[in-house]
Amino acid sequence: MSASLSALKPRSVPALDVERIRADFPILKLRPGGKPLVYLDNAASSQMPQQVIDRLVRYQTTQHANIHRAVHTLSEIATAEYEEARRKLARFINAREEREVIFTSGTTEAINLVMHGHGRKFICAGDEIILTTLEHHSNIVPWQMLAEEKGARIRVVPINDAGELLDGEYEKLFSERTRLVGVTHVSNALGTVNPVKQMIAYARARGVPVLVDGAQAAPHLKVDVQDLDCDFYAFSGHKLCGPTGIGVLYGKAALLERMQPFKGGGDMILSVTFEKTIYNVIPQKFEAGTPPIAAAIGLGAAVDYLSAIGMDAIAAHEHKLLDYATAQLARMPGVRIIGTAGAKAAVLSFALEGVHPHDVGTLLNQDGVAVRTGHHCAQPVMQRFKVPATSRASFAFYNTMAEVDALVAGIRNVQKVFS
Amino acid sequence: MSDPKSLYQEVILDHNRKPRNYGELAQATHKAEGHNPLCGDHLSVALNLEGDHIASIAFHGESCAICKASASMMTANVKGKTRQDAETLIQEFRDMATGQIDVEKQPHHLGRLTVFAGVRDLPTRVKCAILPWHTLHAALHSVADTSTESENDPMHAPIGDA
Repeated sequence: MSASLSALKPRSVPALDVERIRADFPILKLRPGGKPLVYLDNAASSQMPQQVIDRLVRYQTTQHANIHRAVHTLSEIATAEYEEARRKLARFINAREEREVIFTSGTTEAINLVMHGHGRKFICAGDEIILTTLEHHSNIVPWQMLAEEKGARIRVVPINDAGELLDGEYEKLFSERTRLVGVTHVSNALGTVNPVKQMIAYARARGVPVLVDGAQAAPHLKVDVQDLDCDFYAFSGHKLCGPTGIGVLYGKAALLERMQPFKGGGDMILSVTFEKTIYNVIPQKFEAGTPPIAAAIGLGAAVDYLSAIGMDAIAAHEHKLLDYATAQLARMPGVRIIGTAGAKAAVLSFALEGVHPHDVGTLLNQDGVAVRTGHHCAQPVMQRFKVPATSRASFAFYNTMAEVDALVAGIRNVQKVFS
Repeated sequence: MSDPKSLYQEVILDHNRKPRNYGELAQATHKAEGHNPLCGDHLSVALNLEGDHIASIAFHGESCAICKASASMMTANVKGKTRQDAETLIQEFRDMATGQIDVEKQPHHLGRLTVFAGVRDLPTRVKCAILPWHTLHAALHSVADTSTESENDPMHAPIGDA
């Protein structure tokens, strides 16, 4: 099952002026251990441009108060800025309405919100949830918790040796008890881009809602939730050049309205007596308590920044980096690329023969090259490839071909140390 | 801060390539399994106590070079020693790896094991170096399983920033 490449190989877009872009990112000027920082751990968290940092400072120094509460001017400004951020995020993913954008602490909380708000209300004993082998733990564990509580069953779409969902297996898992599909748009461990649009169409034709984990997709390709026609789409701010502690759950308004609240507290109510509480409308129903106001506004600035560059141009540049890095590593003896799907985004997982990934990571770090090593919170993927862990280089639009060369030189050095 | 490069010294690389006392031990009187769920490292340590002495010891498992070399040098060091001496080394190794003692200034019995001193500057790798020692401690106390994350781990208590 391979995703349509047209989604990834955009029409001719102007090449990025990467040097000019890099100048926006103060952290890229760091020289850890006297060597230029080569930051290739973007799938874990991306870096923040000065424009977003400045926006956070401006909010905190001139606009901060609590939102949706007081009548004083600062509170009105903060509320307006927070809601403006929601509008920006809605535009970024082409949501039909702003109220379909719920601010969460990140992808994990967004998925847990769907589990508690939708799953616990509508999924019963004997019902089935379809997931894929490629899921991050955050799109596995909440559903296991629900399955255990309700006596529901989880069914898993297997993958092939390239790290792609096996053709035809997804469809076979559907039954009249299927109540939800949870699928990652882009695999964090392998970079595989799943054919989510076709998967959503298949599920929706059977009345089954689909939750897409977009944590790794939103930073790397243009997301259009109306075109995908997904019911839920979750992603994180800190992988999108925004702050930590903020993320988004997109949900179709009709579904969100039927869901029960996830957290109780202030702001999510219309009226409270000890006899009865009336919940607020969406999105406030799901945003109990004081939200991370600054982080939401910062994320709004981050998607402005990315949109100004253009997600198509970002995807095109990252593809060049991925193709170049893949070609380099494929030529190196003793290097095994893990995840060779036809459609991939910005992630290159690899194993070095005879060298544990943690040693790879420590030695690359000494050359200033930051990669992730470990199981990437995707242990089922590691088990499928029979490795305890991998090393993972993940690219962003501010990375350069020269940085890929630094990675390759670093890997050669690791091999030399262990030869 | 010492040069972290010093961690991958020839002696460590050599023990990683050719680990000493690697394998199973028939009829062990004491054994334990250790694992680090964060990185998937796991190893088992088995030993034979004769009276109060560690007469033989072996380890095997899957791990990074730091963990394997630490296990290899540990087994070579504690073989023939008393249980009490082994416990002293366990404590000293742990204190060195977590930066609680400075092996250049304070007295200790670690000898060449000080090649692991540099790990204190790599918080994410401290557990790799300590895992074999945790597991030996568990084996000596006949605790069936140990883990760098387990609350049942007798040495779970403070291990620095790791």
